[in-house]
Amino acid sequence: MTPAEIKTAIESQFSGSVLENEDLAENQVELKGEQWLEMATFLKNDPNLCFDQLECITGIDTGEEGPLQTRYNLHSMEHRHKIEVVISHDRETPKVASIEQLWRIGDWFERETYDMFGIVYEGHRDLRRILCPDDWEGWPLRKDYEGQEDYHGIVVPKIKEEEEWE
Amino acid sequence: MTVDMLMDWFATLGDFPVLAFILAVVISGIPLFLVMALNAMVAVYVERKVSAFMMDRIGPMGQGPGLHAGKWGLLQTVADAIKLLVKEDTVPESSDKILFKMAPFIIFIGAFLGLAAVPFSQTLQVADFNVGVFYIIAVGSIGVIGIVMAGWASNNKWSLYGAMRSAAQIISYEIPAGLSIIVPVMMAGTLNLQELIHYQSGTVWGILPNWIIFNNPFSFIAFFIFFISAIAETNRTPFDIPEAESELVAGWMTEYSGFRWAIFFLSEYANMLIVSGLAVAGFLGGWRSPIPGLFDSGAWGLFWFMGKIASLIFVMMWFRWTFPRLRVDQLMHVCWKVFIPIAMINIFGVGIWKLIFG
Amino acid sequence: MGIVQGDQMTLNIGPQHPSTHGVLRLEVKTDGEIVSEIRPHIGYLHRCFEKHSENVTYEQVIPFTDRCDYLAAMNSNFGYVVAMEDLMEIKVPERVDYIRVIMGELNRIASHLLALGVYGLDVGAFTPFLYMLRDRERILDMFEYTCGARLLYNYMWVGGVSHDLPKDFVKICTDFLDYFEPQISEYNELLTYNKIFIERTADVGVLPADVAVSFGVTGPNLRGSGVKWDVRKDEPYSIYDQFDFDIPTGTGEFGTVGDCFDRYWVRMLEVKESVKILRQALKDIPSGDVHQAIPKKIRPPKGSIYRRTESPRGDLGYYIVSDGTPVASRVKMRSPAFTALSVLDEISRGWMISDVIAILGSLDIVLGEIDR
Repeated sequence: MTPAEIKTAIESQFSGSVLENEDLAENQVELKGEQWLEMATFLKNDPNLCFDQLECITGIDTGEEGPLQTRYNLHSMEHRHKIEVVISHDRETPKVASIEQLWRIGDWFERETYDMFGIVYEGHRDLRRILCPDDWEGWPLRKDYEGQEDYHGIVVPKIKEEEEWE
Repeated sequence: MTVDMLMDWFATLGDFPVLAFILAVVISGIPLFLVMALNAMVAVYVERKVSAFMMDRIGPMGQGPGLHAGKWGLLQTVADAIKLLVKEDTVPESSDKILFKMAPFIIFIGAFLGLAAVPFSQTLQVADFNVGVFYIIAVGSIGVIGIVMAGWASNNKWSLYGAMRSAAQIISYEIPAGLSIIVPVMMAGTLNLQELIHYQSGTVWGILPNWIIFNNPFSFIAFFIFFISAIAETNRTPFDIPEAESELVAGWMTEYSGFRWAIFFLSEYANMLIVSGLAVAGFLGGWRSPIPGLFDSGAWGLFWFMGKIASLIFVMMWFRWTFPRLRVDQLMHVCWKVFIPIAMINIFGVGIWKLIFG
Repeated sequence: MGIVQGDQMTLNIGPQHPSTHGVLRLEVKTDGEIVSEIRPHIGYLHRCFEKHSENVTYEQVIPFTDRCDYLAAMNSNFGYVVAMEDLMEIKVPERVDYIRVIMGELNRIASHLLALGVYGLDVGAFTPFLYMLRDRERILDMFEYTCGARLLYNYMWVGGVSHDLPKDFVKICTDFLDYFEPQISEYNELLTYNKIFIERTADVGVLPADVAVSFGVTGPNLRGSGVKWDVRKDEPYSIYDQFDFDIPTGTGEFGTVGDCFDRYWVRMLEVKESVKILRQALKDIPSGDVHQAIPKKIRPPKGSIYRRTESPRGDLGYYIVSDGTPVASRVKMRSPAFTALSVLDEISRGWMISDVIAILGSLDIVLGEIDR
């Protein structure tokens, strides 16, 4: 199935959930975050779509004025088609349903996105930091991240200001 | 025998039996300790070179005395010994200090006592017991106490693991070893090691020397069961679960460093010597030459004995660098469900054989 | 093997341990020998690759990718430049494609040799490790001859490669392949068909195919469970569709499909397949200028791309977001060893501690890639 057909299938099942976004390419679709768990279950279990492999979850910080985004790359081993789902979050309280019970790798992928961006995945059974130490402060990959001064007495070095690349 | 000879000689000097006994024991103990130390040094060097050549590399090398490690690395073990002697003696803070310090010595005592009964040649043997075989097997178990002490006293989960596995392994494998060594005892009718070797004189089937291993198929199998169980007793690969480097760092020896560790090492190589000695004396004709009548007298005995032991130790080293290691439950399975039935069938078979063929 | 709920104790394997393939801490709940739960703790090797790549230019990211999966640095580079060239729609000359495939496959052989050798070391066989490393040294010598580095190459650039092949490289490589092919049967004699090794690895740590797909396991781990999935055949990149090679899968030779032996065996067979690809590539390599298509300034159009390639550990994916400047907005590396480690808890429940070491070795993880 082509991405357009997949988008139509989602729209027909969950009307109003596919959002328009000109910045996205053809194989990407932005969905509303509210019914994400049901939509994900549909994407996985529907026999025509059958997305059984979650390739990657990426967190994106689109800049100061934009939202935080989670992007899910889904792939079907059976039908050999792919789709990329983009979900935008509010900057102040970013959260969305967790899909770790559908695709078990979601467990570690969502923990990593939580660790780096602070997006809370509701329903995740064990949401804690994975790469940074458990008591680290801040969300490192956000664009407005300020490193903490010291960590248990060890001084955290500041990143030098890079010269402008043009 | 040497202790007896010394006692007789002291008796000619005067009548002081207690002092004579103490002196005799001390005087014959010193060469034994030197044998142990020399054996460890040579065996470590040989092991490193043998393993290196098997792995397509060279091992310790040098250019001459004083330069690096001596010609062909011969002085490497001397350098190692000096290093271990001058190393800092660390005892972990939270360990049981008395047991921690005692453990290496218990293992050393077990190995030292066993070495006393090994018949190096017709006349070279510290103590010629009437129950030589029984004595060696019994004294070999003292080592287990030392190992468990070491593992427990280190106050370290990993050491405890290694010690428990080792205790289970050694105690289990003593049974097939003991059952297999009964086969030569049955055939020769004696537990005395020198008489066992005397029994193996002459030829069998024309050309083969009358060693117990060639006598009948049951004793042939018994030799292999004994040898493999002996490897398990000394904690060598493929049975080196207690010291499994890649799992438990160094198992029960983890917390030991410097000279204490050197004593463990000394005892391990002495144990290899003892079990090889027992295998050679029991099955391979001891100090007898392979061609009966040729080169069979006097000092040649020592040469043949050491040669046979050297080849068995080489085989032990060969096994170590070739085979992966068995898991603990597989090890137990092999011992209890495979070796012990075969060893029992051996005893039965040898008995029937002796009855029929005399 | 069943799970026995006796008195539970928590044991730490790592962070410093001879066989955790890097700095990894495994918190193991066990009752003595049987494991009931494992919690891996990672992050000891986290070097902020993704944050760095937002502060340097696109071509300066390439040395960083080397250092993530340091055992297969060529393939890590390969994945990144394939993703960038898809984003910028650059077509590279044919010679560059051939060189990249040759380097990628040589590095695949080197990485698998290390994985197999270290696996032997984990289960106690000391010698095969040294034999495999001896042959890996010859491959690293060839890399040094080409680009000057043995382990971390910075070789594949966006639009080309950094150095052309030396004049007699084809001959040296063919000689190496002729020497190497009989060695594979030597390894099999020494380690693969050894009864003790089979006892340690067959039927241990079985990974069923559907669990593997759900956990995102890819590469030899997935193929060991019987699933025929290889990015080089199913989503071909570069010129892999022009070569003739098979995809070996696990068939439960000595035990069940998906056990540790199958994963080991798939890697051994893949080495043979890589030799096949190399021979074809060395025969047909065309001439040309390798620096022809390298752009003066890398300034991709606005947009994002996710592209995956086949590294020796599995599907290596790069998600690159560009905002039109020479510096990336987001580079995410989806590492195959990350997903492989996440399945460790699932498949080691009920096995003994020695088996945990065997299972961990069969998953072939590299901590540099997991932590980035």
